[in-house]
Amino acid sequence: MSVDPTSVAPLAVTFEALTEPAFWIGVGVIAGIYTLLALGLQVNVGFTGIVNFGQAAFMAVGAYAMAILTVKAEINFWLALPLAVLITIAFGLLVGLPALRLRADYFAIATIAMAEVVRIFAQNARGLTGGNQGISCAEDDPTLCYFNEWREASDWINDNLVFFWSDPEDLFPLLLVVWATAIAATFALTYFTNTPWGRVLRAVREDEDAAMALGKRTLRFKLQSLALSATLGAIGGFFFALNLAAVYPINFEPLVTFFAFSVLILGGLANYKGVAVGAILFWFVLEGTRFIDLPDPPFTETRIAALRLAITGLLLIGLMAFRPQGLFGKKEEMVLGE
Amino acid sequence: MYADGARFLAPRLRSKPPPVGTGRGVPEAPNEIDTPVMEAGHLTDAAPTAMRGRLEERLRQSPALAASLILIAIFIALVIGEGLHDVLQTTVNGLSLGAIYALGAVGLTLVYGILKLTNFAHGDFLTFGAYMAYLVNVTWGAPLVVAVFWAMAATALLGLLFERTLWGPMRRRRAGFLQLILMSIGLAFLLRAVIQWFWGTEIRSLDVDNTSSVEFLGLRVGETELIVIVVGIVVIAAVGLMLRYSLLGKRMRALSDDLDLAETSGIDTKRVILYTWIFSGALAGLAGVMAAATTNIRPELGFELLLPIFAAVILGGIGDAFGALAAGMVLGVMTEWSTLLIDARWKVAVGFVVLVVVLIIRPQGIFGKAKAI
Repeated sequence: MSVDPTSVAPLAVTFEALTEPAFWIGVGVIAGIYTLLALGLQVNVGFTGIVNFGQAAFMAVGAYAMAILTVKAEINFWLALPLAVLITIAFGLLVGLPALRLRADYFAIATIAMAEVVRIFAQNARGLTGGNQGISCAEDDPTLCYFNEWREASDWINDNLVFFWSDPEDLFPLLLVVWATAIAATFALTYFTNTPWGRVLRAVREDEDAAMALGKRTLRFKLQSLALSATLGAIGGFFFALNLAAVYPINFEPLVTFFAFSVLILGGLANYKGVAVGAILFWFVLEGTRFIDLPDPPFTETRIAALRLAITGLLLIGLMAFRPQGLFGKKEEMVLGE
Repeated sequence: MYADGARFLAPRLRSKPPPVGTGRGVPEAPNEIDTPVMEAGHLTDAAPTAMRGRLEERLRQSPALAASLILIAIFIALVIGEGLHDVLQTTVNGLSLGAIYALGAVGLTLVYGILKLTNFAHGDFLTFGAYMAYLVNVTWGAPLVVAVFWAMAATALLGLLFERTLWGPMRRRRAGFLQLILMSIGLAFLLRAVIQWFWGTEIRSLDVDNTSSVEFLGLRVGETELIVIVVGIVVIAAVGLMLRYSLLGKRMRALSDDLDLAETSGIDTKRVILYTWIFSGALAGLAGVMAAATTNIRPELGFELLLPIFAAVILGGIGDAFGALAAGMVLGVMTEWSTLLIDARWKVAVGFVVLVVVLIIRPQGIFGKAKAI
C-alpha cells in the first residue's frame, strides 16, 4: 500500500477519526471491560496486597462457562450469567486456597501459570470448548447461540431507550451496559472500602501479622478479595464475549492481564475512581494511534502493532521509574514495596 | 586462591546441594514446611520395617534423592507400560528441550536470587538471542558457530545495558518487588516490539539441516537436535563446574544465598552483579539459539518458554543454580514423556501443571532449603 500523494501529509491526523462513531464505541466498550478487569485487580493488588496475575483466567472461566451453559446445556442466558459467576468464584477459591499461602512473588507466578493452564485447556478440550474455533452457536442448531438473548435485549434498548439518537450503532447498548456496570462497581467498591470489611482488607495489605494478631482471619479476607475480583473478571469476560461473535482461547492470553495491570497502574493503586480514567486514557491513546496517518513504508501494519506494544512497554517502565503511584494513586497507600 | 572473603564463605558453600544424580543429599533440618515426600511410601513398601524407617528418614532429609527415585520409578513404570524404545526416544527429545529450559533457568534463578528480581523479560532475552543468530547466520550468511557466539555476546550486552539503565538505579531507589515485576513486563513488551519492528511476525528459521537424522540403538535423532543435546549437556556441565569450583561461581552463589552477608565478607558485589548479568544473558542467548535451531523463530518464542523456565527455577528452588539446571532437564524430559500417555498437544501444559503442583506442595523447590516462603 503506497501513500496517495494527493491525500493527507504524513503524520497528519485524518478526519476519519471524528466521523467514525462505530470505531469509538468499540474502543469505549473495550475501555469499559478493562475498567471492570482492573477494578478486580485494584481490590486484590491495591487494597489487599495480593498480586493476582491470573485475571485473564477469571475472564476465560466466566466467558466459557456462560457460553457452554447457554449453548451446550441450553440454560436461559439470564440464568446462565449468575451461574457462570458462581462457577468463576468457585474456581477462584479453588486456586486461592492453596496459592494464597505463598509469598507474593510466588503467588504472582502461580496465578499466571494457572491462567495459562486454563487457556491451554480451552484450546485443547475441543469437545467442551470448541478448541481454537471457539464456541459461539450449537453445532446441531446454528440458531442457538450464546448471544441470542443479548441481541434481543440490545435491540430493545436501541428501540426504546436510545431516544436521543435516531439511528444508533449496534454496539451502543453494549457500551451503555458495560459502563453502567463499571460505574456501579466503582461506587460499590469505593463504598466497601470505608466499611469495617474494607478496613480489614487494608490492614491485611499493610501488615498481615498485625491483622492476624487482632483476631482477623486474614486468609478468609484474602479469599473474599479474590472472589470479588473473580466476579468482576467473569463479568468482564461476559462483555468480552458479547462484544465478539465467539469465545476464543486467544482472547485470554497473559497479555490481557498485563494490559489490565497497565490500566491499573496508570489510574493509580489504591484508588477505585482512577481505574476508569486509566482505562479510557490507555485505550483511547492506544487505539487513537490508528488514526495517525503514518507513511507506509516504513510504517507497515506489523510495525504499527509493534509501536503500540512499545508504547505500552514504555508506559509501564516510565510509570514504575518515575511515578509508581500512577495518576491518582496515593503514595502512602502503596504496597509496591516489600 | 582464596581472595576476598572466599575462605570465609567456602565451608558454607560446600553445604549447598550437589548436582542432582550424585545421590548425596543436603543435610537439612526437618521443619513444618518440609512435607515428607508422599511417594516415598509406596517406594519403600517392600523394604523391611527397620530399613524402611531409616530410608524414610534419609528421603525426608534429602529431597533431591527422593526426586531422583521418583523419576526413576516413573521411568521404569513407563518402560513397563510403553516399551523401552518409545521411552528412550522421548527421553532423547526431552533432553534437547530440557537443555533449553536448564540454560534459560540458571541465569533467571541467579538474577532472582541475587537481585530479588522476577525478570519477566528473561524470555525475550531468549528471543533476542534467536534473532541475533538469525541476523548473522541467515542475513549475513556466516556459519552457525559464529552466530551462536554473536548471539551470546549480544544478549549478554543487553543484560548489562538494562542493569546499568534500569535495574541498578531502581535498586538504589529501593523499588519494591511489584514495581520491578511490572517494569520487567514493560521491558519484555519493549524488546518484543523492537524485534517485531525489525523482523516482523513471520516465522523464520536458522540455516540448519532439519531433515537428516542419525540412528543409533534404533533411536532416530535429528542431526540438529543431536548437536543441541551435546552442546547443551557440555555447557550445563561446564556451568555447573564453574559455579562449583571457580571463585566467580562461588561468589555468585554466595550473593544469591545472602547478598548482605556476601558484602560484609568482602566480596565486590557490584562487580559480581555485572558478571551475573553477563552470565545470565549469554546463557539466555544460547538457549534462544538452541530453541531457534530445533523449532523456529518468531517474536513469541521466548515468552512461550518463559513459564516453563520459571517452573524450572521454582522446582529447583529460587536462587539455586544447580537446582535450576537439574530441574530444567527434569522438566524437559517429563514434558516429552507426557506425550506417551496423553495427546502431544497437551504437553505445553505439563510445565505449568508441575509448577502449580510444586508451588502448592513444596514451594521451596525439590532441591531447595525451606526458607520463609
